Amino acid sequence: MGNFAANEGLSIFVILVWLGINAYLFVNFYMAFLVDKWFYTRVLLGQALPWARAPAACLNFNCMLILLPVCRNLLSFLRGSIQCCSRTAARQLDRNITFHKLVAYMIAFHTAVHIVAHLFNFEYFMDAQLNRNSSLLTFKLSDIGNGDNASFLNPIRSNETNPTIVMFTTIAGLTGVAITLALILIITSSMEVIRRSYFEVFWYTHHLFVIFFIGLVFHGYGRIVRGQTNLKEHKLNVCAEHFEDWGTNSSCPDPTFAGNPPGTWKWVVGPMILYVCERLVRIYRSHQKVVITKVVMHPSKTLELQMKRKGFHMEVGQYVFIQCPSVSRLEWHPFTLTSAPEEDYFSAHIRIVGDWTEALYQACGGDKNETQEAWKLPKLAIDGPFGTASEDVFRYEVVMLVGAGIGVTPFASILKSVWYKRIQNNQDVFTKKIYFYWLCPETQAFEWFADLLQSLEGQMAERGVTDFLSYNIYLTRWKEAEAAHFRVHHEAENDPITGLKQKTLYGKPNWDNEFTNIASKHPGVKVGVFLCGPPQLGKSLEKQCLSHSEADVKFIFNKENF
Amino acid sequence: MGKIEWAMWANEQALASGLIYLTGGIVGVAGQFRGWQFAAFGVAAGVFVCLLEYPRSKRSKGTSVGRTGQYCFTVVVKAFGPLTRNYYVRAFIHAALCVPGGFMLATVLGCVCLGIASIIYLVAAIRGEHWEPILPRKPAQKPNVGSINKPPQNPPPRPPPETRRKRVEDLEGAAYDNAINVTADE
Repeated sequence: MGNFAANEGLSIFVILVWLGINAYLFVNFYMAFLVDKWFYTRVLLGQALPWARAPAACLNFNCMLILLPVCRNLLSFLRGSIQCCSRTAARQLDRNITFHKLVAYMIAFHTAVHIVAHLFNFEYFMDAQLNRNSSLLTFKLSDIGNGDNASFLNPIRSNETNPTIVMFTTIAGLTGVAITLALILIITSSMEVIRRSYFEVFWYTHHLFVIFFIGLVFHGYGRIVRGQTNLKEHKLNVCAEHFEDWGTNSSCPDPTFAGNPPGTWKWVVGPMILYVCERLVRIYRSHQKVVITKVVMHPSKTLELQMKRKGFHMEVGQYVFIQCPSVSRLEWHPFTLTSAPEEDYFSAHIRIVGDWTEALYQACGGDKNETQEAWKLPKLAIDGPFGTASEDVFRYEVVMLVGAGIGVTPFASILKSVWYKRIQNNQDVFTKKIYFYWLCPETQAFEWFADLLQSLEGQMAERGVTDFLSYNIYLTRWKEAEAAHFRVHHEAENDPITGLKQKTLYGKPNWDNEFTNIASKHPGVKVGVFLCGPPQLGKSLEKQCLSHSEADVKFIFNKENF
Repeated sequence: MGKIEWAMWANEQALASGLIYLTGGIVGVAGQFRGWQFAAFGVAAGVFVCLLEYPRSKRSKGTSVGRTGQYCFTVVVKAFGPLTRNYYVRAFIHAALCVPGGFMLATVLGCVCLGIASIIYLVAAIRGEHWEPILPRKPAQKPNVGSINKPPQNPPPRPPPETRRKRVEDLEGAAYDNAINVTADE
């Protein structure tokens, strides 16, 4: 429970504060439209007026917020500054996309309430113009302002129109339709199915947000929500009843109305400027020279790029966005860094799964047999690094690292870094023992990581430090023909799949045994358990951590999102 | 952009449009707006579009994830055969359904969104896509290996440990015939 509070407490607090501000704005602006200034407006519209204005205020607030979580470079700068004070706070900044989505849902919700309320408003305004009976206050109010066309209350000025036409001939109506359409298109193309399969559609359609913000700023320019301006001359308690005598009687002149000046720009101009700066920073960064020092083609359709950039500094487990202008000028794709901070280059292992990765592979000369000249390699741009450093790993004396399939990638960085710290820099590393578990459904994915483990194994054997890292590789699926091969080579010195001295194990690990084993070998210490893999595995590991944490040994499950 | 199946996005857009059409219609009818008949049509059209669009199509490439509980809808939609399979028909149906929505403010948004969905379906149809039902896979016939509830009573056949241990001094004598036929991994 304490773990949960430590991990999730700050997030929950932020969400509650955000919801609280939304509720406060809603109620505050609802009440603001129940005052005398809006009395006559409410005669025409009833409660639909405050029901439209309150979500409008919340929309201002949320549209201000929505641009902030996607300013990657700003967040990265903030994270660097906060990290010295509070690691938990820094970690919140990694959940930026989740927050962006939450704010988007809230915008959609408030838009729906706002539109429904305005549908009623238009209908009531139209009603007031159509029921042309001078004994009705609603008609009298609608008639005001016919002379100068400035001090009117009812934005629908005649009875020979209908709400649909009015909507398309007012600034508020036109911008409203445009931005709602943009919002709907953005939302439908951001659904997970579309995002995961056709990133381009999602990315290009999302740029409709430009239209959204421009329309949003101009939405209030027509000033069609109007309140009374001459409350002193036209006192409500005296004049409201006797509306037939307005104008003729000197004590009650006609009420005059005007709209509030548009206020949305005050909310959104700041984030809009920040976002423009963010895009400029990205463009600047894309011109910073990134040199590819080595390209390695791994057999399992994995491309390894080793790169250097001036002033690049990373921590373990971080990721970068890579852009290749010769492949696509607009796409930036995230990849976990697989190199350690101690190395003089940074690297990413890229699996070739789609259009962009395939094109990158071709550009790096993947299909050619001979080595490429350095000048032929494509120009790249790097944005980042992003992501909380997984330095928590180094705070535990004993560590269990569990990676499933491709989820092993961040651990490459961690393992290398721990090795460098331990051996090369002669640092006294707090971490004394690492248990590494790699669960994999197929043999092909082993290749590049097996190379890394082999080299680590070799170096450890050289220095006689064989008990530092204990790794277990589990093959969770195999074919009948492969099984025969394993049986034949059962006695071989090195494992037939990975070439490592540590034999590959088949099936899924028996976590109960593993945890009990580790608990018995390391009494009295805190063991950190780190997972990068599917949530079901996370749940079962979490259960194991709780059940095996007894008096002297504690398993702390780190639900990090690498 | 080459590999996109436009129908997937058209489907999301149409489902959203159906909901918007439906909501606008409900508001129009509940508030008894002028032209509420169009709103009532909007309710019916919205419900129809939602029912038609709820079952996702099977993708021609890649894994298809159906929406929760879409199987019954899939069966119904499949029963209409070419009418629902062909996207030209769908584009036309959506275009026709959206027109009455334009006559009343409450349903205008639903009308425009459904119109956009119709256009995307037209693009999908021109590119030759069609609707395929996602049906649960029939489990492949497993060979009858007997019940797995009873664990095997005897250990697998293996030569005794002495012969299994590697004897470097006598490699010839260490070789043994494997009881099970094995094939090399070609």
